[in-house]
Amino acid sequence: MIEAPEQTQVKIVEPTIFDLSSPGRVGVTMPASDVPETALPPEELLRPDLPLPELAEVDVVRHYMHLSSFNYSVDTGFYPLGSCTMKYNPKINEDTCRLPGFLYTHPLQPIETVQGNLALMYQLQEWLKEISGFAGVTLQPAAGAHGEFTGVLIMRAYHKSRGDHKRVKMLIPDSAHGTNPASTGMMGLQVVQIPSDERGNVDLKALEAACDDTVVGMMLTNPNTLGLFDENIEKVIELVHGCGGLMYGDGANLNALLGIVRPGDLGFDVMHFNLHKTFAVPHGGGGPGSGPVGVAAHLVDFLPEPLVGIIEEGEDDMPPLYGFVKPAKTIGRMKAFHGHFGGGMVRAFTYIAMHGPDGLKDISQYAVLNANYLQAKLRNTYKVPYDRICMHEFVAEGRFEGSDVRALDIAKRLMDYNFHPPTNYFPLIVHEALMIEPTETENKDTLDAFADALIKIAEEAKTQPELVKSAPHTTKFGRMDEVKAARELVLCCWLPENFSNQ
Amino acid sequence: MTYIPISPKERDAMLATIGVKSLDDLFEDIPAKHRFPKLNLPPALTEMEALDELTGLAQANENVRSDLISFLGAGMYNHYIPSVVDHMLRRGEFYTAYTPYQPEISQGTLQAIFEYQSLMCALTGMDVSNASHYDGATATAEAVNLANAQFRGKRKKVVISPTVHPQYRAVIRTYTQGMDMQLVGDDQFPITDYQPSDLLPLVDDNTCLVIVQYPDFFGRIYDYTKLIEGIHAKGALACVVANPTALALFKTPGSMGADIVVGDGQPLGIPMWYGGPSVGFFTTRKQFVHKMAGRLVGETVDSKGQRAYVLTLTAREQHIKRERATSNICTNQGLIALGTAVYLSLLGKKGLRQVAELCYQKAHYAAAQLSKIEGMGLCFSEPFFHEFALCVNRPVEEVNAHLLDHGILGGYDLGQDYPALKDHMLIAVTEMNTKEDIDTLVEVLSEVSHD
Repeated sequence: MIEAPEQTQVKIVEPTIFDLSSPGRVGVTMPASDVPETALPPEELLRPDLPLPELAEVDVVRHYMHLSSFNYSVDTGFYPLGSCTMKYNPKINEDTCRLPGFLYTHPLQPIETVQGNLALMYQLQEWLKEISGFAGVTLQPAAGAHGEFTGVLIMRAYHKSRGDHKRVKMLIPDSAHGTNPASTGMMGLQVVQIPSDERGNVDLKALEAACDDTVVGMMLTNPNTLGLFDENIEKVIELVHGCGGLMYGDGANLNALLGIVRPGDLGFDVMHFNLHKTFAVPHGGGGPGSGPVGVAAHLVDFLPEPLVGIIEEGEDDMPPLYGFVKPAKTIGRMKAFHGHFGGGMVRAFTYIAMHGPDGLKDISQYAVLNANYLQAKLRNTYKVPYDRICMHEFVAEGRFEGSDVRALDIAKRLMDYNFHPPTNYFPLIVHEALMIEPTETENKDTLDAFADALIKIAEEAKTQPELVKSAPHTTKFGRMDEVKAARELVLCCWLPENFSNQ
Repeated sequence: MTYIPISPKERDAMLATIGVKSLDDLFEDIPAKHRFPKLNLPPALTEMEALDELTGLAQANENVRSDLISFLGAGMYNHYIPSVVDHMLRRGEFYTAYTPYQPEISQGTLQAIFEYQSLMCALTGMDVSNASHYDGATATAEAVNLANAQFRGKRKKVVISPTVHPQYRAVIRTYTQGMDMQLVGDDQFPITDYQPSDLLPLVDDNTCLVIVQYPDFFGRIYDYTKLIEGIHAKGALACVVANPTALALFKTPGSMGADIVVGDGQPLGIPMWYGGPSVGFFTTRKQFVHKMAGRLVGETVDSKGQRAYVLTLTAREQHIKRERATSNICTNQGLIALGTAVYLSLLGKKGLRQVAELCYQKAHYAAAQLSKIEGMGLCFSEPFFHEFALCVNRPVEEVNAHLLDHGILGGYDLGQDYPALKDHMLIAVTEMNTKEDIDTLVEVLSEVSHD
């Protein structure tokens, strides 16, 4: 039944669900209709055919099980992907987020019928405020970049509300995530790139020169993408505030700061959280995430609508009545309904509840311990361009004198040692960057084995460079022809003329 | 309880390797006066205690499977989810993986997304689909970004039908705040007489995009072919916001000539989960693919001559293009997209059509029975799918309170968004509603009309 395209000798490891389709197979039987029949609308309103595959349940299960076996994942191994916080995702969170009371509630139900959901959301807002030192939190944003966009909208609305219309510039360090300038670009604002100094901090002279009355604010990741906490953070914030700008914190690296320092206390005005990084919401092969935003007191009125609030205080032992409230000068709604309740908020709530204040501090302390341990083991083999105590991650250079092995090759070779590679080629300010974030959920044996593998690869780069440059060798799939993918743009396996595979 | 697998002895050995004495020594870059704040949070719970607390919260809700009979839709629908869907979503190999930036060890995710893209193209009748947006509302807002980019920011008007979901329209307004866009159409017509063709006079050579919904917010089915011809005659693009279940039965927006088809994939096997996460699908014509936001998976071969898949056209995206990217989207709804792909694979050609027909039949039975109630009636006469506007001739809030007393979650109060539809509710019926459920609704509403 399965045939490779005739013109080539392409081997098919796992057919697509369309390849697997066989007319007449049924995966699910629905009950017959129990109501008197109504005629369908006139044929010109109907579609003539529905070109979906036809498979039995076992076909579908085997297919997706095969696909799952092609994936590397946190559940199967070490995933030190810098800036992504690939920590272990506790199994209990998978159970709590699927409790029927959460799964089967409709977002537009009367508030009296969803007090459990609203109490959870209210509590989570309060906890995130306490953890970050902010005065208000919205849970609505769907992901980190969505949170950034929310934050930039809030900053813009704040200046406009004060009649301050000439602010059009956003200051963004050269080490920033691409989402920072992209979120700014979506608002039609100008990006001013601020260089880093030789210690990996924001270059204060350059920052001072850029600070004027056209500045909306600054978007800063701290610790930054080099894994370094800015040694002059108070001065940076003072300069931005001094010119009337607002300070945005990219919370991507919050895993280093739980119980260590609260961004709100440092003077940040806005920050997004990544519940899918810091608070163990799984990454899902690319999402969904959850990107709540915290703001200082002067920005609370601009938060997206709606927030969860207390509508009526409870009397005696009765709980309060929770409901939705609209901030006075809200920027509006960021998505339909209330955010990633089930997949994001319930899991993060479970995680925070199980850690408590001391457990949260442990998370950050051990995340930083693991990163520094790996840095110490590797710094004699791989150049660490900004070599000082790091926070939860560090960046090394994946290149060696006298060898043309590159960071990409090292990344691919790590797969042969059964490790997921670190982030490579980011941040942009480090040549051949390897950005390594071990997280707190890895033991010393794993870190030792990973460091040994990297040291061995450095040796191979000198003695057998071809071995490294042609890696991976032991994985089911080899390196990809990315040029072919972009040139031919086959983005869909369904082509009407080829659909029938009878 | 924490998930840290390091013993005190191992910790001390690691500190020695680093060359510091204690964990606290690692944090000297933090300004001392703000270092190590005491967090005022409840003490840690064990797993047993946490499960107990979360179960309590979940049980404080009334859910539509065991507590309430639901006729509430308005953008999120109670459908049956076959068991296989969640079994696949619970595979750690899928849900604990990251974005597939390393294709050699991410082919599971990549092929699944490629299949999702294909399934969305099959449903909508379009050429290409991206790997997902946050939800239907943000996917619709991204359609405005595409249209704006297509005309290089020279056409500044977007015409929006008043029968696009009110929350979607709100999100478009939020998203476009910095874009100097003129959003018109959704407040210009008496809603009771509105017809899609009324939008055409608003479309001019400054218009980049026209957005309509299918079925519209009131559940009505229109053939938009003529309207889209008119839109194209003005050089503008047409975006259709579609319900994916309806697309199993009704003519595709692709066949009507739509340039962009978006929507929310929640009806395809995803629990309502109090509003999310769901998945926004985004499909378009091949000619617009370079302007499309979000990730795209394309087919290729690997070094072993095997068919394989990679993220492609990444130069559109934020990590390469930064402030000139088509969108800032990074994390998307990968796992939820996988869920819809599993659902569509299982239901397939026959099953999805069957679900759509059950929805249609049951909704029409409900509409016929309800319109027999004295003083109640359908608001519109156009063909509809599984939702309809019912005039109840008294405040909807009051009617719904009465229904709730009888264990029924009533329809959406249309007066919230459309003052002319005060005393009207939007009723949704799916395959989950039995004839008995519908008869109960009719009976209880009859009581209301006699009160």
